[in-house]
Amino acid sequence: MDMKEQFRELSSIPAFQSKFTDPAVAKTDAMNVLQINVGRMCNLACKHCHVEAGPNRTEVMSREVMEACLKAYTNWGFETIDITGGAPEMNPDFRWFVEECCKICKHVIVRSNMVILLEEGYTDIPELYAKNKVELFVSLPHYKAKKTNRQRGDMVFERSIEVLKKLNALGYGKDPELVLNMVYNPGGAFFPPDQTTMEKEYKEILGRDYGIVFNNLFCITNNPIGRFGAFLVSSGNFEGYMKKLYDAFNPATLENMMCRFQVSVRWDGELYDCDFNQAADMKVTTKDTIFDIAEKPYEPRTIYFDKHCYACTAGAGSSCGGTTEA
Amino acid sequence: MNTYYNPDDLAKFATIGEEASALWDAFLAYYGPVMADGALTAREKALIALAVSHSEMCPYCIDSYTQTLLSMGVDEEEMTEAIHVAAAMKAGITLVHGVQMKNVVDKLEQ
Repeated sequence: MDMKEQFRELSSIPAFQSKFTDPAVAKTDAMNVLQINVGRMCNLACKHCHVEAGPNRTEVMSREVMEACLKAYTNWGFETIDITGGAPEMNPDFRWFVEECCKICKHVIVRSNMVILLEEGYTDIPELYAKNKVELFVSLPHYKAKKTNRQRGDMVFERSIEVLKKLNALGYGKDPELVLNMVYNPGGAFFPPDQTTMEKEYKEILGRDYGIVFNNLFCITNNPIGRFGAFLVSSGNFEGYMKKLYDAFNPATLENMMCRFQVSVRWDGELYDCDFNQAADMKVTTKDTIFDIAEKPYEPRTIYFDKHCYACTAGAGSSCGGTTEA
Repeated sequence: MNTYYNPDDLAKFATIGEEASALWDAFLAYYGPVMADGALTAREKALIALAVSHSEMCPYCIDSYTQTLLSMGVDEEEMTEAIHVAAAMKAGITLVHGVQMKNVVDKLEQ
């Protein structure tokens, strides 16, 4: 049973649309972020991954789709390009694409698992990032080795520390133009801690134990889809987790939900309101593809909601850029 | 299987206020600030609460505070140490009462 069916059968949790009356909430606003998922190939297979990325995935964005992304960026006047995956570095056109993005956009983000940067064939990429002043979002689920490795695999923590030291040596986290952000996500069916408190703790411990510095920590709520959704269902936590999300609904997060300000592109050019909708294959309501929006003007669209959207409105709110409470 | 402790009952906690709402409100007005950040952090207080939950053997509280602590970023290692504090206190309290036993023995033995 896919997650759409799971949500439909979960009658104890009302539809997400029942939580607001203002029709503007269901419409997109200014399109600021073009988020591009360049493929599902990854050298890791993390337990919580909503994309279900891994070494056996073969979906990779072609240069033709990338070229359409570049056209769409200019056509719609986005401000940010946010490149993600899988491990985006594993796309064979990745280096070319990053450089092309940086030619037309002042704010290019790459979401990296870091440890790919130690693999043969990828060790030149940190310098590419620094040269192009790419803002990095790197995953480090915890500052304790045991917790990170449990979620991401053996020795991932130790290798991540090695990469963080290399990034610091290149100026990341130190030079104001080389921004290094970390992403925390809970290691199970519970909410993330307060972002400010956790950032302080990360900075203190990573600084003290390894001499590592970084700019911001973003705490992200695990979304009940993909591999994490499957875990919730198989472990009997699905209904309880959904109820927790529902009970923690915070109307002050609606205004800044990331889907209102972005579009998410799949490897084959299909469009989604966010990366979570992409993972669950809930396409934009217009059914446009990247090739369509590369040619036509932007018009606000109705957002596709389902019950997983409660993960973005629980507590202090959650997005690819951390908390969202207004 | 029937049991006196049903996890779903935790959600019914507030029904205790039905017959004595003023007392329930007074309890909540006390409980909330006690657990909030003060001279001790909310996190430290929640760890104390977890230790007490174990020494008092309350499955509702153990469930609730474990979830609270996970959401505060506290890990199993820290929670286990908090429980050891409760366990060590229990052991110490038991042993120190041995002095009472010794007092009785000293008084009665020839």
